[in-house]
Amino acid sequence: MYQTKYHKPDSLEAAIALLSSSDEAKVLAGGHTLLPTMKNHLAAPSDVVDIRGIANLHGICEDGGSIVIGATTTHAEVADSALVLSACPALACLAAGIGDPAVRHAGTIGGSLANNDPAADYPAAALGLGATIVTSQRELPAEDFFDGMFTTALEDDEIITAIRFPKAEAAGYAKFPNPASRYAMVGVFVAKTSGGVRVAVTGAGEDGVFRHDGLEAALAGEFSPEAAGSVGISPDGLLSDLHGDAEYRANLISVMAKRAVKAVA
Amino acid sequence: MSDGIGARVKRKEDKRFITGKGKYTDDIRVDNQAYAAFVRSPHAHAKVVSIDASGAEAMEGVLAVLNGAQLTGDGIGNIICGWAVTSKDGSPMNMGAWSALATEHVRYAGDAVAVVIAESQSLARLAAEAVEVEYEELPVLVSTLDALADGAVQIHENAPGNLIYDWEIGDAAAADAGLAAAAHVTEMEITNNRLSPNPMEPRSALAIHDEAEDHYTLYTTSQNPHVARLVLSAFYNVAPEHKLRVIAPDVGGGFGSKIYIYPEEITCLWASMKTGRSVKWTSDRSEAFLTDAHGRDHISTAKMGFDAEGRITGLKVDTIANFGAYMSLFSSAVPTYLYATLLSGQYNIANIHANVRAVYTNTVPVDAYRGAGRPEACYLVERMMETAARELGKDPAELRRINFIQEFPHETPVIMTYDAGDFDGNMDKAQAAADTAGFPARKAEAAARGKLRGIGYSAYIEACGIAPSAAVGSLGAGVGLWESAEVRVNPVGTVEILTGSHSHGQGHETTFAQIVAERFSIPIENVQVVHGDTDKVQFGMGTYGSRSGAVGMSAIVKAMDKVEAKVKKIAAHTLEASEEDIVIEGGEVKVAGTDKAMAWHEVGLAAYLAHNLPEGMEPGLKEGAFYDPVNFTFPAGVYIAEVEVDPETGVTEIVQFTAADDFGTIINPMIVEGQVHGGIAQGVGQAMLEGVHYDQDGQLLTGSYMDYTMPRADDLPSYTLEHNTTVCPNNPLGMKGCGEAGAIGTPPAIINAITDAIGTNDLAMPATPHAVWRALQAASVATAAE
Ligand SMILES: Cc1cc2nc3c(=O)[nH]c(=O)nc-3n(C[C@H](O)[C@H](O)[C@H](O)COP(=O)(O)OP(=O)(O)OC[C@H]3O[C@@H](n4cnc5c(N)ncnc54)[C@H](O)[C@@H]3O)c2cc1C
Repeated sequence: MYQTKYHKPDSLEAAIALLSSSDEAKVLAGGHTLLPTMKNHLAAPSDVVDIRGIANLHGICEDGGSIVIGATTTHAEVADSALVLSACPALACLAAGIGDPAVRHAGTIGGSLANNDPAADYPAAALGLGATIVTSQRELPAEDFFDGMFTTALEDDEIITAIRFPKAEAAGYAKFPNPASRYAMVGVFVAKTSGGVRVAVTGAGEDGVFRHDGLEAALAGEFSPEAAGSVGISPDGLLSDLHGDAEYRANLISVMAKRAVKAVA
Repeated sequence: MSDGIGARVKRKEDKRFITGKGKYTDDIRVDNQAYAAFVRSPHAHAKVVSIDASGAEAMEGVLAVLNGAQLTGDGIGNIICGWAVTSKDGSPMNMGAWSALATEHVRYAGDAVAVVIAESQSLARLAAEAVEVEYEELPVLVSTLDALADGAVQIHENAPGNLIYDWEIGDAAAADAGLAAAAHVTEMEITNNRLSPNPMEPRSALAIHDEAEDHYTLYTTSQNPHVARLVLSAFYNVAPEHKLRVIAPDVGGGFGSKIYIYPEEITCLWASMKTGRSVKWTSDRSEAFLTDAHGRDHISTAKMGFDAEGRITGLKVDTIANFGAYMSLFSSAVPTYLYATLLSGQYNIANIHANVRAVYTNTVPVDAYRGAGRPEACYLVERMMETAARELGKDPAELRRINFIQEFPHETPVIMTYDAGDFDGNMDKAQAAADTAGFPARKAEAAARGKLRGIGYSAYIEACGIAPSAAVGSLGAGVGLWESAEVRVNPVGTVEILTGSHSHGQGHETTFAQIVAERFSIPIENVQVVHGDTDKVQFGMGTYGSRSGAVGMSAIVKAMDKVEAKVKKIAAHTLEASEEDIVIEGGEVKVAGTDKAMAWHEVGLAAYLAHNLPEGMEPGLKEGAFYDPVNFTFPAGVYIAEVEVDPETGVTEIVQFTAADDFGTIINPMIVEGQVHGGIAQGVGQAMLEGVHYDQDGQLLTGSYMDYTMPRADDLPSYTLEHNTTVCPNNPLGMKGCGEAGAIGTPPAIINAITDAIGTNDLAMPATPHAVWRALQAASVATAAE
C-alpha cells in the first residue's frame, strides 16, 4: 500500500521518462517536505525519482545580468555562495534564515519553489526579484508560476531545472518567523529592479505569495522605511490561524516591509 | 569528603547518556517480539457502531486484532483514579468509566478502540489503518466554560452536567468578611493554559508473557514502577503482583506524564497473553501529542482584599479545572490538594476560601505536569499581588514584604503548616542580584531604542516532599507516600543502594551516591545506585512532586543509620573499645583520638566472615528502611524577570532573569542548577510559547512541533541563580526539593514583567508576539478612549 520505488537517474531525460511512466511518481530533491509527508501517509507515490544525481541541475553561476541557481542547489550553498553574497546579499540572507542547519544542507531551491508552501521563504525572493523559473519544458515568469497555496503551474512530469534571478539594483528581505515552525509568518522581499520597485509577501496570503501594489507604489515614490510604513495594509485575504490573525499579519507586513527596506540601506 | 554533600560532582550516569549507551525501553528487544499499533478514534465524541477487522486480519504478518469487548471480557479492569475527592455536599466524585480499549463510546480524538499485533511496527500500523470502524458522531464539547452550561452534551452518564466534583477549602464567610472589610479589592480572571509535557523520550512498553511460569515482565517508561505493578495487578487484573515484574530502565524525562499507567501498557500486557508473543509498543511524537496526559487548564476568578496599609484581608477564588475525557490517575488531587492548599502563597492571609469544580470535556485527559497544581496557585496569587501593587500605587516588592510570613511554623487557613523559610532574605538576594534599583535607568535606555522594558516579580512557595501518608490518606489518597531504601555493604566494602525512587533525568545515581560516600567516608565510585526494577528493589513510590531528595534520600539516611550502628558495634568489638567512641572518617572506622582503626572494608568483611562478631549479632551488613515524612517541605523563592517588548511586533525578549531559591540543604549544586534551568525553561514555555489548542470539533490543532512551540535555546536568557538556605527542620538532611521550582516560579514573573512593560494587566498565557501585540492594541484603544 505504501510501497515506493526509489530511482536515481543521472540525466534529465531519464528522470522525465521515469516520471511519465507512472502517474503516481514524484520528484525527490532534498526530501525535507516530501519524506515527512510520506511518513505520515499523506503522500504515497509509487515511485520517487531522486534528481540529485543529475549534474547539470546543480550549482550557481552568473549569466549576463542574472544569477542562475540550479534546482538541486541547497539553501546552505546559496547562503554561502560568494557570488550570491556579492550580487544579491538579500537572497543569501533569505537562504541563511530557512529552517535549521540540517534543513539548509538538504533542502533545495527547486523543491521549495515546486512545493510553494504559503509560509516558505523562496517564493518571496522569486516573485520579488521577478525571477524566471526554468523547467524541463519551458521558462515561466514567477508571476505565472505560483498558483495559490501548494500549487504551481508545473505539470506532473515537469521538472524545475534552474531559477534565473535578474540582478536588482537593491534588495532586502525581512522575515517574521512563526514561533513554532520558524517558517515565515510574514516575509517581505523588496527590490529595486529594472522594471521598477517590486514587493513580494509570503506567509500571509490565503493564496500564497503575492505582490503588494500599495507598498510598490509608495516605495516607487520614495524608497524609504517611512514610505513603506505609511502604507495602510488591509487584512482582507490574509491568513488567520492560532499563531496570528489577519490583522496581526497585516501589521507584520507593514513592519517587515519597513525592515526590509532598512536592510537594503 | 570531596564527593560529599555540597560537592559539584559530575553526573555518574552521563557517560552512558552522552555516548549514546543509555538503554531505554524501545532499545530492548527480545526473541519472539511482535509490535502493537492502536486503532484510534478520529472523532472527539462518537458512538462506536461496529468494528470490522477482517481486512486487517487477512494481511500477512498480522497476528491479531483485539478490541475492547474482548479486553473487558477477559476481566481487565477499568482505569482508576487514585485519589478520591469529595464534593462539598459530601457526595463522592462522579467518575466515568475508562476502558483501556473503548467499547461503545469514544470521548476524545485519539481514544483507542482496538489494537493490532503484527510482526513489524510498520505492518502493525498499516493494518491499524485497515481496521474499519463505523462511528456515529456525537456533539463535541471542548471548552472548559461550556462544560457546565445548560444543555451541554453529556460526556459520561454518571457525571450529570459534566461535573466531576464541586469542592471547597477554607472558610467562605470569613473570606467574604475579609473582602468586605478591605479598603481595596483586586479582582481578576485568570486562565492557566493547557500544556503538553513533551519528555524527550516518548512512551514505550514491552510486555513479555512466560507461559510456562505464567509470569509477566513489563518494560515501560515509568516514573514509579512499583506503583505501576500494584495498579496493573490490583485494579487491572493483568497478573497478580508476584507474577508481574515491572522494569523502568533508562527513562528520558517524565515531568509527571509517566506517573500514570496508560491504556497502551495495560493492552500490551494483555495482548502478550492473548497472542503468546512479546508485544512492543512505542509512541511516536504525533501519538504522544494525541495521548500523553496534558497539564494545567484552569479558569479562575479571584478577589483579594487589602487594608489601607496594604495588608491582605482576604482571598476568594473560584476555579474550574478541565480534566479532559477521563479521570487520569492523580487528576483529582491536582486542582484541589496540590493547588488550593498553596493559595496563601508566602503571605500572612487570615481568610481564604477556594471553590473548585472539575469538568469533563472531549479532550485528552489532564493530570499532574511539573509543578502540578502549585504553578496554578502561584500564578494566581502572584499575578494578583502584582496587579494589586499597581492598583494601590505601591512598589510590588514592598507590597509583598508587608505581607510576608515572618514566623515559623506558620499555619495557613488552607491546611498547610509552613515549617521554615526566610522570605525577606530571598527577596533581598533576588533584588540585589537583579539590581532592581537600576531598573529605571535600564528602562529609559531601552525606551531610547524603541523598546518597552518591564520588570516582574514572583514570590513562589510550593509543597514538596510528597507526602505524609496518614495526612494524604485522610484527604482521599489511595496510596501512602513514604519512600524505601536498602543499603547493602558488600564484603569488600563497596555499597549498593536500592531505592524506591526512580531517576528519569534527575541524577539520582550521583546525588544518592554522594550522601553515602560522605556518611561512610568511601570513594563515590564505590557506591552503586539501583532503581527501577520491581524484582531488584523493594516496594517504593517513585519520583514526582520533588520527593526524591526529601523523602527518597531520607529513607537512605534512615537505612544508613542502621548500618552505621552495626558497623560501630562490630568495630567496637574488634578494637575492644566502646561503641560511643567509634567514628567513621578518612576511610576508616576508628576509635576517636587514637590510632586504633579498621579500614572500612575490613568491617564489611568482618560482618560477612562472621568469625568474630559480638555475641548474638546476625552476620551480614545490609539494612532497609521506610521513611514516611512528617510534613510536606516548602521550597520558596523570589524570581525577577526583565523583558523588552518590541511594540511594533509584540516580540518579547527576556533580557534578565534572576532566581533566588531556598531549597534547604543542597547535595550537588550543579545538579540543582540544572533542575532550575530546566524548570525555568518550562516556565518560560508556559508563559510565552506553549499552549495546546483544539478546534471546535475537538481536533488537536497543536499536534506537532510545527504548531506547538517548544522552548528552544534561543528563546531563553542566561539565568542568574542565587540560593538562600534555611534548613528544613523535618527531615534528616534538611532538604526541601528543587525539581519543580523553576516551572512554578517563572510564569508569573514573566507575565508580570510583560504587563509592566506594556501597561495593561490584561494578558493571557502564552504571551506570544500575537497576544502581546493584541494586548498593546487594546490598551492603546482604551487609552485613546479615556
Ligand atoms: C524542520 C523544517 C524547517 C523548515 N523551515 C523552513 C523555513 O523556515 N522556510 C522555508 O522556506 N522552508 C522551510 N522548510 C522547508 C525546506 O526548505 C524544504 O527543503 C523545502 O520546502 C522543500 O525542498 P526539498 O528539496 O526538501 O524538496 P522535497 O521534499 O524533495 O520535495 C518537495 C516537493 O517538490 C517536488 N520537487 C522537488 N524538486 C523539484 C524540482 N526540481 N522540480 C519539480 N518538482 C520538484 C517534490 O516532488 C515534492 O512534491 C523547512 C523544513 C523542515 C523539515
